[in-house]
Amino acid sequence: MDPLLDPAEFPEEPTGPEYLLHLYITGATPNSTRAVRNIKDICEEHLKGRYELLIVDVYQQPELAQEKDLIGVPTLIKMRPGLVRRMVGDFSDRERVLKALGVTPPTSLL
Amino acid sequence: MQEYRSSVDSELPRLPKSPTGIEGLDEITEGGLPEGRPTLICGSAGCGKTLMGIEFLVRGIQNYNEPGVLMAFEETAPELAANVASLGFDLVDLQARKMLRVDHVHVDRSEIEETGEYDLEGLFIRLGHAIDSIGAKRVVLDTIEALFSGFPNQGVLRSEIRRLFRWLKDKGVTTIITAERGDGTLTRQGLEEYVSDCVILLDNRVIDQITTRRLRIVKYRGSTHGTNEYPYLITQDGISVLPVTSLKLDHPISNNIMSSGIPALDEMFGMRGFYQGSSVLITGTAGTAKTTLAAAFAEEVCQQGQRCLLFAFEESPQQLLRNMKSVEIDLASHVASGLLRIEASRPTINGLEQHLVTLHRLVKEFKPDAVVIDPITNLITVGNIAEVRSMLTRLIDFLKVSGITGLFTALVSGRGQQQEMTDEGVSSLVDTWISVRDLEGIGERNRGLSILKSRGMAHSNQVREFVVTEHGIELLDVVVGPTGIVTGASRLTQQLQEHAQTLAAQQETDRRDRELERRRRVLEANIANLRTEFESVEEELRQINTDAQNRQETLTSGHQRIAAANPPRRDAPASGEKN
Repeated sequence: MDPLLDPAEFPEEPTGPEYLLHLYITGATPNSTRAVRNIKDICEEHLKGRYELLIVDVYQQPELAQEKDLIGVPTLIKMRPGLVRRMVGDFSDRERVLKALGVTPPTSLL
Repeated sequence: MQEYRSSVDSELPRLPKSPTGIEGLDEITEGGLPEGRPTLICGSAGCGKTLMGIEFLVRGIQNYNEPGVLMAFEETAPELAANVASLGFDLVDLQARKMLRVDHVHVDRSEIEETGEYDLEGLFIRLGHAIDSIGAKRVVLDTIEALFSGFPNQGVLRSEIRRLFRWLKDKGVTTIITAERGDGTLTRQGLEEYVSDCVILLDNRVIDQITTRRLRIVKYRGSTHGTNEYPYLITQDGISVLPVTSLKLDHPISNNIMSSGIPALDEMFGMRGFYQGSSVLITGTAGTAKTTLAAAFAEEVCQQGQRCLLFAFEESPQQLLRNMKSVEIDLASHVASGLLRIEASRPTINGLEQHLVTLHRLVKEFKPDAVVIDPITNLITVGNIAEVRSMLTRLIDFLKVSGITGLFTALVSGRGQQQEMTDEGVSSLVDTWISVRDLEGIGERNRGLSILKSRGMAHSNQVREFVVTEHGIELLDVVVGPTGIVTGASRLTQQLQEHAQTLAAQQETDRRDRELERRRRVLEANIANLRTEFESVEEELRQINTDAQNRQETLTSGHQRIAAANPPRRDAPASGEKN
């Protein structure tokens, strides 16, 4: 496993929110804008107040692409909690996003 | 390669090419890979695809000062560095000098969750950043199809890979993409070969338990190229592609003559020897002194102060030196002086291509004026005739192009199918063909030597008998018998007969001389007799004359006395008048 993705590299701030998400996008491409909108919706709906979302434009910091081993874009890297997971796509498939995030939607909300 | 390019240049514009620096490949591709375009290298496992890619980058940096980017999908940077370190490629150092960037792309399906539409812009950005950061001109993507295992959405991948090729072209970088060979197709995805401008297929096949690696250029947009399958090798210096034959026949030639080392043999050639840079083939059945002839040539070369490289596939150097010493061919001193180098190895030690590469390497190292291979036919044990033939073709071609005189011995089997192998094989390539053979007569074998061909000079048509003596090889004078040229015991008989005849003729002459002498002596005796007779007659006649004179004188004096006593009358006649 890439050591860069090791959670130990990113020591948890004791006061930080439960979910730490990094979203890598490429400017204002349709996929990227959709991805930003979708993930914001999902987070607001399911993780309100419990998450921190960092959005990075790889065009601005191209060296990050290699550093974070990006291939497909948009990519969301879930840094916390639990294992690091990556998701690629515009997050239109909500089921999979929630599953990957480890969020079980409360049945009352559905 | 350099000269090749210049010689091919014509008035027409040519596709710009990026030389790979890989031995032989630039000749086949007529200058290199298409510059600024993607090239696909495909092949099955163990073909050396990755190695070819890395060598392309490293040679580009070392020889052409073109920085390169290696994007590896399968191996990590330390693994790659370790793998090619044995070839003398120091990837770590090149990376430190900012001439090379190695980017390992980790693709793991289990770590990636597809959640909707996406593209591979991340890859583009990585690659673009790597290229821009060192100003790379060359890019290798090894093996791009690894993406297919990580991203299940084929549609996206295919269109993205297409876009990647387009993007690489726009970037103007010369790219090599490697791909595994698919079943019946060039690549597994059947995609890369259509979007690449050049496709090189590597093949690793086993025939008769011998592995041969072969390379073929499947397509090359906008350029001609060699179309054959070319063997290639992974040597200690990297990849070496061997063009089956040089693509042109325009090597420089020499008018210098090299002696064969046997004066009488030189006499059989119109120019008293071989042309320098030509190739000479000596064929013969077992035990016809082929090696001795070859050694005599090697010795002669060294005696002229030139360098000779001798490949011995039958004998060890020590054995060769000892055996040749017995016929007064002293190779040891030339080995000691460094003019002669003997490379002995069993043909089976290597594959054919390896032999060829060894030869290329040694020729480049040693820079000989002549190369002797004894015998070339032993190589047949390594490959089949067709392969040996193609290898020999390349070998002879290589020597000719390098202007090196090549002398090869070849064993031909049996009388019936004599020259079977060489006839089809190399005889059309060699310039001079000397045949040595057994002339089997009644109860004995003799060695006969003849020149089958010698390009560019007149040559003797005779079959000359030769003997191997303690002083080397001696060609015997031609002895013509009643039924043609005779050899061996017949020759001796013939010579004895001739000797006897000569003797008889001599004796006859002597006898006639003696007869003449005798006659002369008889004649002279007769002459002496006659002279004696004549002398006695002469004597007698003289005596008579003298007597008569005396008488006359006496008479005259008597008359005078009488006259004195009776003085004559005045009118008396003078004295002498008889009374």
